[in-house]
Amino acid sequence: MPFTPNIQAFCCHYTSQQTLAEGSEGLLLDGFPKSVTIHRLVCTGKLEVSTLLKAFEDGADGVYVAGCPVDKCHNLMGSQRAAKRVGAIKKALAELGVEPERIEMFHLERGFHPEFVKVAQEMNERILELGPSPFKGDAK
Amino acid sequence: MIIAERKPLDEIMTMVQDAKRILVLGCRGCVTICSAGGEREVEILASLIRLGKQKAGQPVETIEATLVRQCDKEYIDSIDQWDGQYDAIVSMACGVGVNFIANLRPMAKVYPAVNTTSFGGSSEQGVWSEQCAGCGNCILHLTGGLCPVARCAKSLMNGPCGGSVAGRCEIHKDVPCIWQSIHDKMVRIDSQDGLTAIAPIRDWSTSGHGGPRRMVRNDLTV
Repeated sequence: MPFTPNIQAFCCHYTSQQTLAEGSEGLLLDGFPKSVTIHRLVCTGKLEVSTLLKAFEDGADGVYVAGCPVDKCHNLMGSQRAAKRVGAIKKALAELGVEPERIEMFHLERGFHPEFVKVAQEMNERILELGPSPFKGDAK
Repeated sequence: MIIAERKPLDEIMTMVQDAKRILVLGCRGCVTICSAGGEREVEILASLIRLGKQKAGQPVETIEATLVRQCDKEYIDSIDQWDGQYDAIVSMACGVGVNFIANLRPMAKVYPAVNTTSFGGSSEQGVWSEQCAGCGNCILHLTGGLCPVARCAKSLMNGPCGGSVAGRCEIHKDVPCIWQSIHDKMVRIDSQDGLTAIAPIRDWSTSGHGGPRRMVRNDLTV
């Protein structure tokens, strides 16, 4: 059976304005992968490590965060804080013997930009290559 | 406060490899302040343990809780509410908390989730540094409030070793020579004359070299 990734994206209000304007159907027409579920946040600085981990617990094969450019966050340092939390999870995944690439931080321009779709496609391809999450092992 | 940091995950996962029900227990004291073992860290560690067990194909249930302190009997007593619901306790408190649980609940398997490193404080966000060695014989009144026991790599009592360069310790350029700092401070407060007094040979028995330390306050005992 072909593998369909489950990818959870956590995007701030400013980098994900396109979703609001176009809706999910419009995004699909732009090439946004069906495998990606978007969670919109007021700011990625609001994200807790536990929220991102829970996404993996709930069955995500990959997780990514899209926040403002490093030096141009609407809330000054929100996307920098998010990047540090993503970095902490990368380290924890490695400690658990899981590919750190399953989680990623992207700093995107705010508003309508092709990069919003591009990073979703990039994560989709990456997770397709990595395969299902090792956390999905059935309990013995 | 007591400074601690979480142990490597593989070490924790090895400790709990046979446990199917785990009480992950935080502390609202020092380890909350240094972001090692408070409520937030309990939530994260419990999640990581569940993920690690999922990956290994081992079923696990976790209980997440954080006590006011793990260094007082009355708070330890509150873990009785989970009696029979766990095989092991993973304590995110400092070593004192782990010892208290082990002392007071002899039948419980209790494991440390953090390494307790020092007594110190946060010099800037995300950075903690050792300030006190808990030696039991404080001489800060003689050194301008700066501790040579904890902050000199050699715990020297009579001035610098001679290895410092430009006010930095020879063990690492990021470490200030505390004797340089003491001298500068004493000059600033016009007390440098006190530095010429020779410190006597120190009695380290108060520092744990005489065995585990115990303090009794008769005015407080009941």
